[in-house]
Amino acid sequence: MAKKVLVLAESRDGALRNVSFEAIAAAKEISGGGEVFAVLCGDSVQSLAAELFHYGADRVLTAEHEKLANYTPDGYFQTLKQIIDDESPEAIVFGHTSLGKDLSPRLAARLESGLISDVTGLEQAGENTVFTRPVYSGKAFEKKLISDGLVFVTIRPNNIAPLEKDESRSGDVTSVSVDIKDLRTIVKEVVRKASTGVDLAEAKIIVAGGRGVKSEDGFKPLQELADVLGAAVGASRGACDADYCDYSLQIGQTGKVVTPDLYIACGISGAIQHLAGMSNSKVIVAINKDPEASIFSVADYGIVGDLFEVVPLLTEEFKKVLV
Amino acid sequence: MNIFVILKRTFDTEEKISVSNNKVSEDSAEFIINPYDEYAIEEAITLKDAHGGTVTVVTVGDEDSEKELRTALAMGADQAVLISNEDLDSQDQFTTSSVLAAYFKDKEYDIILGGNVAIDNGTGQVGPRLAELLDIPHVTTITKIEINGTTVNIERDVEGDLEKIETSLPLLVTAQQGLNEPRYPSLPGIMKAKKKPLETLELDDLDIDEDEVEAKTKTVEVYLPPKKEAGKILTGETPEQVKELVSLLRNEAKVI
Repeated sequence: MAKKVLVLAESRDGALRNVSFEAIAAAKEISGGGEVFAVLCGDSVQSLAAELFHYGADRVLTAEHEKLANYTPDGYFQTLKQIIDDESPEAIVFGHTSLGKDLSPRLAARLESGLISDVTGLEQAGENTVFTRPVYSGKAFEKKLISDGLVFVTIRPNNIAPLEKDESRSGDVTSVSVDIKDLRTIVKEVVRKASTGVDLAEAKIIVAGGRGVKSEDGFKPLQELADVLGAAVGASRGACDADYCDYSLQIGQTGKVVTPDLYIACGISGAIQHLAGMSNSKVIVAINKDPEASIFSVADYGIVGDLFEVVPLLTEEFKKVLV
Repeated sequence: MNIFVILKRTFDTEEKISVSNNKVSEDSAEFIINPYDEYAIEEAITLKDAHGGTVTVVTVGDEDSEKELRTALAMGADQAVLISNEDLDSQDQFTTSSVLAAYFKDKEYDIILGGNVAIDNGTGQVGPRLAELLDIPHVTTITKIEINGTTVNIERDVEGDLEKIETSLPLLVTAQQGLNEPRYPSLPGIMKAKKKPLETLELDDLDIDEDEVEAKTKTVEVYLPPKKEAGKILTGETPEQVKELVSLLRNEAKVI
């Protein structure tokens, strides 16, 4: 049965996030031939609409308001609630991003609906869409469906392939006027700490350091390698606890869970908490002096050696082949 | 101040996981307080020390959850409430938040704290869902909180960036790593905890009709990821290994 599906599109630094294109692809599959419409919220988002069509949206609604410049649960909640009441979608897809995680449960509560969070795959089973998601920090997976009523899911970045970009596609953009009442939480300031523009959760390649980097300076060769690869830099808890880097870089059971195409672990022993955050990466490279390090048990390729020797050589080699 | 903490007893995911009958097997597993909820407990005790009041820890779970509640009491919480889920046929985040909302309906609360996510199911839904059901604001993934009167200043982690938020009580917050270092229960704390009040409630006590809180989602399968084949440890002189690695990543794994 064809379904009408709402996708919440997210932007960052004035550009749409990849996860929004992935969400459109997921929505297309859920829709079973029904309409997929995307919602864009912000203070000035009109110019982003075209790209949503290129990735498969059938229609775009924009909600522009000065109170939507920064995400707040109340501002976005009121906007989305108004649109959902007007449009009556049968399914909703958000990215499992900071915003998606914060907003989706609140909306689901008001809509008295189920919500399947952090979806990494989906398939059709008769009338239902069955969603796959990791549990127990990725040590197991479950397949879930929403028994009845609204189908509401958030999808984990980097797991569902977006549709091929088709720049010939276009469609109707409707501007929705929203009435936003008081905001009970106000964003006073946003302090940028994430060091590079590449967000860990969405990065295709991650270069991560552990205790083996030995100091804050020890992250420099990793950053150089990351720059050559267009990668994000991450860290193990050990490196964060030792103050070699900020906790915002931490990958693991506490910290971020990442699933990049390529994960290069440098001087990381592979404590179980760290593996919980990265073991579902598609390809894992381990560089460690200790041949017994447990990181090698999850690695596709391993180099037993000193990261301070190996990493710069790797950077040089990639420079040669990536020109 | 009336301070509440919602906590969950979780499987310690450092344990080896096995699946039987489409469920993760709990035989001989270690259970713990969800690590993010420990930050919430610690912060609740810190807030009580600064502002006075009472810290109540609440969970929805089976009778075994008493152990985790006692641990929270040993850390310094004043009283505990165990809402039994044993009459529930099916339970998801809709269920848990509805049950908690029924509990909080006639309570006076200034702040409710929880972890930002539980490490077993990993949805992070119950906090914001509960805030909506109680019609109070919420702030997730907090790393710092200061309360002055009813004004609350919060720092939260947003994908590595730091957001400074101003809001007011009553409020629900969820804890992110970095908020504090949870204390270990002291021996006197453990002794005292045995005498602290722990109330057990049935769904009937909260006037909950099981059918109305029935799960909205259904799990159809639980399985373990396919076992990874042993990787390739490269050999030879380091420069050769590096060359080979780059070639493998480009031509075999095709990720670059």
